[in-house]
Amino acid sequence: MTEHVAQATGIASWAWLLIAFPALGATILLLAGKKARGWGHLLGSATVIASFAVGLATFLDAVGRSPEERVRELHLFSWIPVQALQVDFGLRLDPLSLVFVLLITGVGSLIHIYSIGYMAHDQEHRVGKANEERSRFFAYLNLFVSAMLILVLGNGFVTLYFGWEGVGLASYLLIAFYQHRPAAATAAKKAFLMNRVGDLGLAIAIFIMFNRLGTTQYTEVFSRAGEFTQPELLAIALLLLLGACGKSGQFPLQAWLPDAMEGPTPVSALIHAATMVTAGVYLIARSNPIYNLTPDGRLGVVIIGTITLLIGCIVGCAYDDFKKVLAYSTVSQIGYMILAVGLGPIGYALGIMHLLTHGFFKAGLFLGAGSVMHGMNDEGNIRKMGGLRKHMPITFVTWTLGYLALIGFPFLSGYYSKDAIIEAAFSQEGWRAWVFGGAALLGAGLTAFYMTRLFLLVFMGEERWKKLKSADGRDYHPHESPLTMTVPMIILAIGSVAVGFLLSKGNTLATWLEPALGELQEGGHGPIPHEIVGWLVLALSALGALTAYLIHGRKSVAVERPLKVAFPIRAARNDLYANAINEAIFARPGTWLTRALVFVDNKGVDGVVLGSAALLQGSSSRLRRMQTGFVRSYALSMLVGSVIVMAALILVRF
Amino acid sequence: MGAASLLIAMLLPLVGAIVVAQFSKNEKTAKTVAMAFALAELIPAAIAWVEYDPNGDRLQLTMVADWIPALGVHFALGVDGIALVMLALIAVLVPIVLLGDWVGRLPAGRSYAGYAALILLMEMCMVGVFVAIDVFLFYVLFEVMLIPMYFLIGRFGGPRGSYAAVKFFLYSLFGGLIMLGSVIGCYVVAQNRTGTGTFMWADLVGALHGASTTTQIWLFLGFFLAFAIKAPLVPLHTWLPDATAEAPIGAGVLLVGVLDKVGTFGFLRYNLALFPQASQKLAPYVLVLAVAGVLYGSLLAVGQRDMKRFMAYVSIAHFGFIALGIFAFTSQALAGAVLYMVMHGFSTGMLFVCAGMVIDRGGSRNIEDYGGMHRATPLLGGLFLIAGLSVLSLPGTNSFVPEFLVLVGSFPREPVFTVLATIGMVLAALYVLWMYQRIFQGPLRGTALVGLAGGPGTAQDPVTSKIRDLNVREMLVLAPLVIAVVGFGLYPKPVLDVIGPSVSATMHEVGLTDLVEGGNR
Repeated sequence: MTEHVAQATGIASWAWLLIAFPALGATILLLAGKKARGWGHLLGSATVIASFAVGLATFLDAVGRSPEERVRELHLFSWIPVQALQVDFGLRLDPLSLVFVLLITGVGSLIHIYSIGYMAHDQEHRVGKANEERSRFFAYLNLFVSAMLILVLGNGFVTLYFGWEGVGLASYLLIAFYQHRPAAATAAKKAFLMNRVGDLGLAIAIFIMFNRLGTTQYTEVFSRAGEFTQPELLAIALLLLLGACGKSGQFPLQAWLPDAMEGPTPVSALIHAATMVTAGVYLIARSNPIYNLTPDGRLGVVIIGTITLLIGCIVGCAYDDFKKVLAYSTVSQIGYMILAVGLGPIGYALGIMHLLTHGFFKAGLFLGAGSVMHGMNDEGNIRKMGGLRKHMPITFVTWTLGYLALIGFPFLSGYYSKDAIIEAAFSQEGWRAWVFGGAALLGAGLTAFYMTRLFLLVFMGEERWKKLKSADGRDYHPHESPLTMTVPMIILAIGSVAVGFLLSKGNTLATWLEPALGELQEGGHGPIPHEIVGWLVLALSALGALTAYLIHGRKSVAVERPLKVAFPIRAARNDLYANAINEAIFARPGTWLTRALVFVDNKGVDGVVLGSAALLQGSSSRLRRMQTGFVRSYALSMLVGSVIVMAALILVRF
Repeated sequence: MGAASLLIAMLLPLVGAIVVAQFSKNEKTAKTVAMAFALAELIPAAIAWVEYDPNGDRLQLTMVADWIPALGVHFALGVDGIALVMLALIAVLVPIVLLGDWVGRLPAGRSYAGYAALILLMEMCMVGVFVAIDVFLFYVLFEVMLIPMYFLIGRFGGPRGSYAAVKFFLYSLFGGLIMLGSVIGCYVVAQNRTGTGTFMWADLVGALHGASTTTQIWLFLGFFLAFAIKAPLVPLHTWLPDATAEAPIGAGVLLVGVLDKVGTFGFLRYNLALFPQASQKLAPYVLVLAVAGVLYGSLLAVGQRDMKRFMAYVSIAHFGFIALGIFAFTSQALAGAVLYMVMHGFSTGMLFVCAGMVIDRGGSRNIEDYGGMHRATPLLGGLFLIAGLSVLSLPGTNSFVPEFLVLVGSFPREPVFTVLATIGMVLAALYVLWMYQRIFQGPLRGTALVGLAGGPGTAQDPVTSKIRDLNVREMLVLAPLVIAVVGFGLYPKPVLDVIGPSVSATMHEVGLTDLVEGGNR
């Protein structure tokens, strides 16, 4: 495969503004500090909207070109030039990155606008001073948008890595936005650390690329991917997968994502649902020339995706925290995307498609959750909610559309994107169809169950909050949110309804992505015909929803979660013991090791050094043997002199 | 003009030290004069930077005068790109640390004039070791450099200052004396091989070329031991945490930021260039020490309770990376190591200065005496975090490029060591963010802060607390460091361009070529 990469000209040569606008916004807001109190949120939103405008112009410019001319690069400057290694800082403007640009700046703009209302309120009753910290929040959001754009626009693996860790920083800052809460600080650190573990994979994959090809730029790596040996290809594929696991909350690095819900809700919507956590899917889709050459590597990707989608569904059924259920739902849906891109040429475009539809409905679901919590004194426990449909009609309608889209209700977005993935999983050979297709099918049923449960407990049934008070002793007065919050929710709800149809009609998206991902291939026939798979998905989803209704919809829900439950539920409530395992394998032995080393270092190492000093004296005497004549006496006198100086210095009293 | 700039760069701080010492009764004048000399040092450094031609000779701006003719000892100065960037680092850091310690609490009976004079004397010695191109002159300055630092730690340091000073002195002196043996050995070997003994570095490179590997190994070891103590490689590091903990903040910054780099600089300039076969032969052993240093230093940094000892262990971990880069023998790794030497000075220096400002407020070095400080000092908290992110090598900060270069460059020759060292990246995130969490995040707490804030009852309200955020002077201290941290993160090319040819020359001296050739661009 040879790549034809033209230099960007015309409108596209201004694409650097995409990154520059939010980066400038973040810089100004951070430098201005409290002075930005009055206008920080306006500037912060304006920069992202400006970015969106540039993105749209670049996109339309690309639409007007023939497919072969849609892959272009914009060289900015030479970043790390050392001999063979020439890392350029440049942008790759192709159908794949432009789709991401629109998602990031489009959904990003909506969420910035939503945050104007959400964060104003949030600070009022939390710290008692309005707007004090809102501009800092917008600074971090801007920082995130610029880093995320570097991630998807960078034209090589090192620029990707730059954006990759940059979004990690933004995520860290935003999870820990309420710094005074120990839980928020711990969650942020955990997120950064688990991400760094993934980053190691990405870094080592880059080392292997440089070692074999002497370059890390996409164009060369992809056009010369055939020069890798098969073990190298497998290693790169799995190491990139490790990176994807960290960033996208995939097994075994999924435990940080639910904790990340400590951050303000707009952050959960933008970073931990719609954009950043899907970067792993982007990475694998972007690296398709490598994955195309390694079926074993792809199998690894599929396995991880499948395990994760099941973990997410199972744990999602057990949680009572509004945002954490959505977080596990995100884990699970990204599992679907990873599964899809792991299928190779029959799945890359499907993964991206689900990524886009998910970006709309999951962002909408999170914003709806934020709206609910906003009206409920920041209450997150769904057992204390109920019957909210009457008090928040707009939130109710928009959220319900997002919910239906997620569970794959016919003709809404998720119906098109998720079904396609399940069908593709079933179109493989032999046991793979049954294992991966079956798991994805089962996941659809579980998804319908936990989402319906969430829907029923929050919006339907009796109003359990009436008899309760919030943690700070106030009554609940649920109310609809202001326009800055509801308008973005409405727009996202429209997207949740329509995007799937628009993107899949006539294979619009798949065709558009062809220059970057290759042609979307048809899968094999598999053991079950496609139509039947579609009906099975519908039937299982309906069954899941019905089960949820039978359990939670007909009788009243206890405010306290029942403690005497069967083992599977206990396990699910404990994240299937992911944290306990991490604790037992890494955290505790690590603490012991560090303590032991500190003890040894303080007590023992000096002794070892003094002991080996005797050994070294032998070597110096051998050196002396080489010396001749007056040099030796000169050296000797110098030695004596040094000793005297040393003695004098030590005797000086401090 | 150019050649004189190095001599001036050496003499200016010396004159400054003598002048400042006269104002022991007048602190205000002493401060002004010391700062004037420290800032003036930027001029010869800038001239040297401008005059230096990266693609010119191996050593430039040279100036040679006889010193001890009978022994062929010269007072000879000159720089390559590597020494030049270190000179620039020194010139930038010294005014910053002087301003940083502007109102530092001196021990009873000590004058600021004495402190500033010692710092300037340090500067003279540090400049000297980097610009000396006569091995004997280098040795002398290498030893003399101990004296001002010895007094800085002992006289101006913490309660265990004298113990730490003696330990520092003994370790360094021991290494230095062994090195002296090797220095003389070089002279002798040169005399045997060419008929004329010499201490001039450039002549020695030629004279020692082709000496037997055994001879090289013994001479190598003498230099190596001194340098491995100076840029401490595990297990020769135990003097550094003590010295760093007890030294005043400014001296500590210079200690880990510049003085220790003499060791890694020595590896490059002396071990690699003078003893190429020995370097190749012994590299695996050095790499073991390097990677052990990365992991050991990182783990100990995680476990530290004392902020200043923390800085020492962080530096030990980073010196491990630098040593890995030097002994992996590829252009990328070497360039990364050199860049790391400079950037570590900025990043760890900035973190150290920030920690000093924390200590200044709370009066304690113990991390556990602090907590939730961000609410009272958001600006200090933010800058501390930026420094921390640089220390953990976040892309976009100055330390990322060198760490990446070291690792990507080492991988082709030493994949196993490289992969082991990357674990240090995760540990770095752990020790930096955990430290930040313990000092700045969570509710306001800790004995050092709660007392200041006016008792536990009012501790939650920073408005009434006496913990003040950064003042103008402190912002002036940190501003150049922030600019360096972010600026070199995004655009390291000016520095890479200067060190590149010298790195290639070093590769040539070692006699190795890169394993990886460039892509067909």
